[in-house]
Amino acid sequence: MPLSSESSFEPKKNSLSALWQTLFGHPVRAFGVVSLLLLILLAIAPAKNHFSEWRHYQKQYLALIRGRGDAVTLERRFHDHDGIQQIWLPQLGVVDRCTSCHSGLKEASLSDVSTQPFRRHPAIPHTLDQFGCVMCHRGQGPATTVEEAHSSTLAWEQPILPARYVQSSCGQCHRAPLTGTPQLNSGRNLLGRYGCVHCHTIKLPDGSAIKPTDDPPSLEHVADKTTREWVYAWLKDPQAYAVTATMPNFKLSDPDARDISAFLIADSTPLAGDTAPTPKNEKAPDPTAGASLYGESFCASCHAVQNAAGNVVGGDVGPELTRVGNKVKPEWLRAWLHNPRVYDSGTAMPHYRLSDPQLSLLTAFLGNKTDTDLLANVHLDAATPEQIAHGKLLVTEYGCASCHEINGIKKPDNFAPELTRIGSKALTQIIFLPGMTHALPDYIAAKIRQPRSFGSALKMPQFSLAPGQIDALTTALLSLTDRAQDLPRALTVAAKPASNYQPAGRAGQLMSDLACFSCHAINGRGGDMAPDLTWEGSSVQRPWLQAFLKNPGTLRPALIRRMPRFNLSDEDAKELTDYIMTVYQTPEFDRDSMPAGGYPAAQVERGKQLFYSKYACQGCHIVDTKVDKGYIGPTLTQVGSRLNAAWIYHWLKEPQNLRPGTIEPNRNMPDEDARALTAFLMAQRGSGKQEAKK
Amino acid sequence: MTRQWWTLFAAPLILLSTACPHKSVPAASLKPTGFGVTLVESSGGKQIGPTGMVLAQPVVVQVNDEQGTAVTGALVEFSGPADASFDPPTGLTDSSGQLSTNVALGSMAGRYQLTARTSTKAQKSVELKIEEIALGYQEEVGFQLDSKYCARCHDPESTPERVSNHDNLEVKPHAFTEGDTLNRMTDAELSSIISHGGPALNKSALMPPYGYTLSKTEIEALMAYIRLISDPPYHASGMVYAQE
Repeated sequence: MPLSSESSFEPKKNSLSALWQTLFGHPVRAFGVVSLLLLILLAIAPAKNHFSEWRHYQKQYLALIRGRGDAVTLERRFHDHDGIQQIWLPQLGVVDRCTSCHSGLKEASLSDVSTQPFRRHPAIPHTLDQFGCVMCHRGQGPATTVEEAHSSTLAWEQPILPARYVQSSCGQCHRAPLTGTPQLNSGRNLLGRYGCVHCHTIKLPDGSAIKPTDDPPSLEHVADKTTREWVYAWLKDPQAYAVTATMPNFKLSDPDARDISAFLIADSTPLAGDTAPTPKNEKAPDPTAGASLYGESFCASCHAVQNAAGNVVGGDVGPELTRVGNKVKPEWLRAWLHNPRVYDSGTAMPHYRLSDPQLSLLTAFLGNKTDTDLLANVHLDAATPEQIAHGKLLVTEYGCASCHEINGIKKPDNFAPELTRIGSKALTQIIFLPGMTHALPDYIAAKIRQPRSFGSALKMPQFSLAPGQIDALTTALLSLTDRAQDLPRALTVAAKPASNYQPAGRAGQLMSDLACFSCHAINGRGGDMAPDLTWEGSSVQRPWLQAFLKNPGTLRPALIRRMPRFNLSDEDAKELTDYIMTVYQTPEFDRDSMPAGGYPAAQVERGKQLFYSKYACQGCHIVDTKVDKGYIGPTLTQVGSRLNAAWIYHWLKEPQNLRPGTIEPNRNMPDEDARALTAFLMAQRGSGKQEAKK
Repeated sequence: MTRQWWTLFAAPLILLSTACPHKSVPAASLKPTGFGVTLVESSGGKQIGPTGMVLAQPVVVQVNDEQGTAVTGALVEFSGPADASFDPPTGLTDSSGQLSTNVALGSMAGRYQLTARTSTKAQKSVELKIEEIALGYQEEVGFQLDSKYCARCHDPESTPERVSNHDNLEVKPHAFTEGDTLNRMTDAELSSIISHGGPALNKSALMPPYGYTLSKTEIEALMAYIRLISDPPYHASGMVYAQE
């Protein structure tokens, strides 16, 4: 009996034998003691059952509902299934006993209860009986104690997922973005946008891999574009040049940055046509004219600039231009503005057909965007061959070619660990830092936040991410589980397959040259900054389109991002118009099924009444610029010479059918109302400027 | 002898009690070097964020002395409902008298009342209440729908990135936070005006019907969101304070 040994050590033997004598000295007594022990042993199992945690919580639950108005209903529902509860879903591999303690999950009337484990489950699109609990929350479904179900214990590895990452669970089955999971959607975008997948392969269950979307520039001709000093400063701290830069900081030492910059400049080859000298006999350009050309060309739709208050204003399609004058050589910038496709054939930048004076204006305007401090302390001596050789070694070691094209260096395969199943990584395979919670989300988040804290020799660079972005990335990575990979296809919701639609012929070339897809989507490919053009040919009238391509007018005056003027030639505008009018036709209706004009005056008048009273369209649209103040939808002053009548009619009937996701509400409009409104709108031909043009 | 027998019974009891989850109390090892008398909110209150996640903006509070000047080195502690967390939970005010903390709200949707606390030289506690709102799944969907459709008119603030026509409308739409008006509407009325438009409740036709654009679930989500962000709070079955 070890119990007696705890207090006294010296008379141990004596007291032990005394105890033995007391308990077993007499056969009857010995029998009694042994029987008692046996009884106690036998009682352990029922006692354990009786004192189990889940019974304790069930009793608490009963006490909780007793005083409530609907106590009878609640109690009956509870007693229909008391005891240990289990949700068993063999297809999903779910055996969840969580409902043994979480008794009120399905009780709508318990919405005011905030104590766990009795809270009602918040409304979500799935039911408990279909999906169980651990599908979303992780933890140990079969466990029947609080600790084993929720925490990581010796026997169980999977702790419960903190609420901030719970959207990752949606991502196990849903590959397509969901309205209710903004964090997961954003994390998945960041994996591409910050170029994580250049180095880390992430395969999707369908066998495809996540593709990067950051488009890092090729460095094959970098010396044409910039100076070694700038490359050095950029390598040392990319965010010092541009706060929005996605390039990570490799924490390079001064000599390493010196050698890499030496190698990159020495390795660069000149490219014919990517530089253009400024014409000699030119007047100094007017700086204010440069600013207005920058504004008129809607450069800010894609490029941001940091203002005096430190706010970054503008789009994020192209690089930030706050200090671009420190970076690019004027002769390169001029050639780039002249035709960016010479230097980078796949760039998202459109080929504006700028005139020579315009080129000078913009080059000078952008060249003035400098920060005198940026390169003030960068003084590099001429590079030695040893430095260049060392630079090449470093470029190979850091895997620069995973993202950038570099002459003479092959893109490394699998440069960093594959992350296809990172969300199920076993805790035993992870080396945690001292003081860190031993859980996968904490590890992933820490690794993204400060990769080198896990070892100064690690190659993963320091990304510049906000706390919310780190959570979003962690969420996206946690969704990459074994379950996500192994679920039967029938149980998952696939993402829309990526479209690589490419329009044909000369019009197709023109559309690539003008980078239409940077802003517009057609047939599933392209950006969402501007309207989807998939059915544009059914929507607009030919003369309007051709004139608009030549000189885009304002359709939505309140928007800061609008279609820029590309200075197209007549032939190019006609070529594009022909293609759009012929190819981008909806099968939903016949474009010529309704006349462009000649509607009876009474119908037009009725349409006007409907427009202003019943449907109150002036809340979002403008027909009469003197009275209407609707700045949300496009201005309709000239809609009769812009849009096709049949399009207007079918749009009024069911807008989402023609452009899924448009915010114009479906009014469930009767046919005659839609006809009258079409008649009224077709009568809006503005000042007649458009017709005069033709 | 008897004592030993008791131990036998007590052992499982002790085991049970240690297994129970217990809250860890953050050790306040910081030594304040300054003391103020008032605590004011600089920024970060009244934010709306998804449950469990870090709010977009940090909560910043400032400690002032009797003259209203900022106090450096005052100890401020943040606390809130059990599952809200602060990074850092305590700290000393900086040279401008401010302390900033990143707040992650708990896992239950609702209003979260956070408390910032500092003490005066006389060890008198000064408190500041800060309110934040956590969106559950349903409310989050409602928030997304609001941003896409409703905010185009119902948001009194118009930004170049997302234009709101609020100021140009003849009949001004109610902001969704206007509890004084919206709380008086029943769920049925709210659902009806969203589905069938203003005329359904004898209100302006400028409010179009969304019943053919949004699904029933989406309208419910929108209503859950509107009810949650209402100021003053909406009190009906279904809405509660997340309590400590």
